[in-house]
Amino acid sequence: MKVRTQSHLSHLEALEAEAIHIIREAVAEAINPVMLYSIGKDSSVMLHLAQKAFFPAPLPFPLLHVDTTWKFGEMIEFRAKMTQLVGADLLVHQNPECIELGINPFDHGSSVHTDMWKTQGLKQALDKYGFDLAFGGARRDEEKSRAKERVFSFRSDKHVWDPKNQRPELWNIYNARHGAGESIRVFPLSNWTELDVWQYIYLEAIPVVPLYFAKVRPVVERDGMLIMVDDDRMKLRPEESIQQRKVRFRTLGCYPLTGAVDSDSENLEGILTELFTATTSERQGRLIDHDAAGSMEKKKIEGYF
Amino acid sequence: MKVRSSQPTGPVADFLAAQESKGLLRFITCGSVDDGKSTLIGRLLYESKQIFDDQLAALSQDSERVGTQGGNLDFALLTDGLQAEREQGITIDVAYRFFSTDRRTFIVADTPGHEQYTRNMVTGASTADLAIVLIDARKGVLTQTRRHTFLVHLLGITNVIVAINKIDLVDYDASVFESIEKEYREFSRDFGFTNLSFVPVSALNGDNITTRSVAMPWYTGETLLTILEETEGHILTHDKPFRMYVQSVSRPNQDFRGYLGFVASGSLAVGDNIQVQPSGRISRVASLPGFDGERQQVVAGESIQIVLTDEIDISRGDLLCTPESAPEVGTQFEAFVVWTDETEMMPHRSYLLKIGTKTVGVMIDKPKYKINVNTLEHLAASTLELNDIAVCILATDRPVAFDQYVENRYSGAFVIIDRMTSKTVGAGMIRHSLRRDLNISWQQTSIERHHREELNRQRSATIWFTGLSGSGKSTLANALEIRLHAMGLRTYLLDGDNLRHGLTRDLGFTTADRIENLRRASHVAQILNNAGVLVLACFISPFESERTSAKEVIGQDSFIEVFVDAPLAVTEKRDPKGLYKKARAGDLPNFTGIDSEYERPISPAIHIHTDELGVEAGVDAILQYLRDQKLLP
Repeated sequence: MKVRTQSHLSHLEALEAEAIHIIREAVAEAINPVMLYSIGKDSSVMLHLAQKAFFPAPLPFPLLHVDTTWKFGEMIEFRAKMTQLVGADLLVHQNPECIELGINPFDHGSSVHTDMWKTQGLKQALDKYGFDLAFGGARRDEEKSRAKERVFSFRSDKHVWDPKNQRPELWNIYNARHGAGESIRVFPLSNWTELDVWQYIYLEAIPVVPLYFAKVRPVVERDGMLIMVDDDRMKLRPEESIQQRKVRFRTLGCYPLTGAVDSDSENLEGILTELFTATTSERQGRLIDHDAAGSMEKKKIEGYF
Repeated sequence: MKVRSSQPTGPVADFLAAQESKGLLRFITCGSVDDGKSTLIGRLLYESKQIFDDQLAALSQDSERVGTQGGNLDFALLTDGLQAEREQGITIDVAYRFFSTDRRTFIVADTPGHEQYTRNMVTGASTADLAIVLIDARKGVLTQTRRHTFLVHLLGITNVIVAINKIDLVDYDASVFESIEKEYREFSRDFGFTNLSFVPVSALNGDNITTRSVAMPWYTGETLLTILEETEGHILTHDKPFRMYVQSVSRPNQDFRGYLGFVASGSLAVGDNIQVQPSGRISRVASLPGFDGERQQVVAGESIQIVLTDEIDISRGDLLCTPESAPEVGTQFEAFVVWTDETEMMPHRSYLLKIGTKTVGVMIDKPKYKINVNTLEHLAASTLELNDIAVCILATDRPVAFDQYVENRYSGAFVIIDRMTSKTVGAGMIRHSLRRDLNISWQQTSIERHHREELNRQRSATIWFTGLSGSGKSTLANALEIRLHAMGLRTYLLDGDNLRHGLTRDLGFTTADRIENLRRASHVAQILNNAGVLVLACFISPFESERTSAKEVIGQDSFIEVFVDAPLAVTEKRDPKGLYKKARAGDLPNFTGIDSEYERPISPAIHIHTDELGVEAGVDAILQYLRDQKLLP
């Protein structure tokens, strides 16, 4: 039991309470909700908050993973372990068109790969199951266009976000109403920062993919990033050689598009210590944000989560 | 939150211990265009080491490309998130930013100073504990300053820091600072700001942001950041009465019934009495179960679950309170309404109102007065347009529980949602309840609708004909009534034109009048249905909102929508009353189909194309439907 020694909530307690309120409100107003599960640390936190929100009842929605087939092998293992542990119903969607065309980040580049597997894949999955509300783990501190997005963010029947025409969101009263075919994306972690997420994982002992912790891994330097050779689909360029380096990942995505950082942080204490003194932001390790100025905003307008 | 079994040690432990006592402060920055709001926030982020190397590199790249500070870092670019806005050089929506110091964590709502964006400022202010009002030292108190200050007051913020920016551009002159402070204090005297401070700053150069400026020895107050760290006064307070709107009822099995919600104010302990509003039922807290175990007490700001000792009827939207301090319960109240949509407010149209977690139907009266936010003058108004603020009377279709906004921010605030577009079209703050509905209660009568229906040996319902003028509504309804009458049924044909000779003689054809016309007609139809009579109602009823309202008044099961459909070319050619000709000549404004819209029914019960189907065939189709619905003997 919690013993409170101060009159106000700590900032993490306030953020937790806000996120739980958001999750409950979304479920109460949705017809057919789903939680987007990307296996990363933010998804882990969101899933944990959802369990807290409805305890002792089971999760009132399934989890959906939009799989690109290019995720780290350890992520897929972790996915199986977590969903079993939580007792969640997991749906996995892989864009059949991408499978047929063999879309991959090496031959088609990061933007085609991301658009086809993730953006189009997500739209297909939402249409296929008829979900009218989807939770996502995005945070406003990640990227500038996110900073302006609402907690309950409206999407047209074509899954389009119109940044110029967002619903005003006042107090903690959320409007989840929508017409047929339209949908709502809900971001319970909107007001969390990367440091908040790690502190919370630490305090609550939430399991995360081991790739976040430093370990000697096979990597190559490519385009200024450290890319891990996760399987034999990665072809080395003539000038490249595999190095064994002690690295970790600050964010997780498709392995050929996710850069590792040199690190000695083998556990949560190490990560937190690293974060107090961090000098680079976590999305730096993501190729997709660097494509063009305002690239995330463009992707979101097109229907990226 | 769970406390770890193995206590950490070392630097992480020290860090976490410091975090544990750190609170959260949400604030808003407001000021006019070019007062330097975004620059100030950028500066706060920079000074509190929240900007990472790669962001700084991107910033310096952006500063060179689109910056407005020559070669120097343009901090405003950090917060101007959306690409289009960056290119226009202004922030046009609400952006949220995060930073923390050793003493506090902050969430900043960056809101625009643009004249037309009252909506965004109100949004940012609705969750803020404190407001920073920026004033350009060279310009002093402007119209916009007064507007922003009034909105800060309207949204219930009592902690205000006035940052007098660009003080370097007036040579750090103390007299400029003093005269602005004097003027500001005067005009804001009645706003009840309990913590009001003034700081001379230069966001661009960093004077008095985190460190005392050497250029202004005459300023003896604290730096901006110190004031942010030290101001007390959270909106969620524990010393107020307990309030929690029920979000949902959790029933994982037969033996468990938990009420989920967010504690808006006060505290609650196991054993406390609870009153449910609006029903007024009372029970007691049996337990406060949670993921981390049973709780003995919970406080404002927490998301909790309550189990009660009695099985009483509680559903989503009910307000749980302590019996000693009951909220208001009623269907009418007066409120400040801020209109947030491009489409103007329609008095008497049925909108949705969401207060806490409860959503009900609501009608807004014509505004009592509109407020000129620049002069605070009261102006007459018949409607509300985007960014208007007015005092209105609202009437809900069911009783709701609420408090005055000044007493409780969360149980005194609501949003208004358009039924058709689902957009959030307005927001409001309750001033006080209106007692007039308390004197009106339903008189119970012994003979009810079903008794009259039995005596008449028929079911009652309303067949609602909607369609353009000349589409054939009256012709069809008349032919149908003849057939029903011949079958021995008691009927009444309510005709829009005929009602306008008496009951609705005071109404014209503006949108507002059409809405009122249909409201009255719906109630007449409902009364006739209660009398056991089958009603045939012929009204153009061009708006889906009003047809939905009619359905709610008359009752879902008693309302049969018949869409009498004919192309405009056909109805205009028929023109039985010569109205189209007049409308085309400009003699009949607001004529449906010509200069006023007809919204086609989305899912009518019966859809009749009168340009293809004869009258008798149309009547047969309706009779068949009535038989299928078992409405005919």
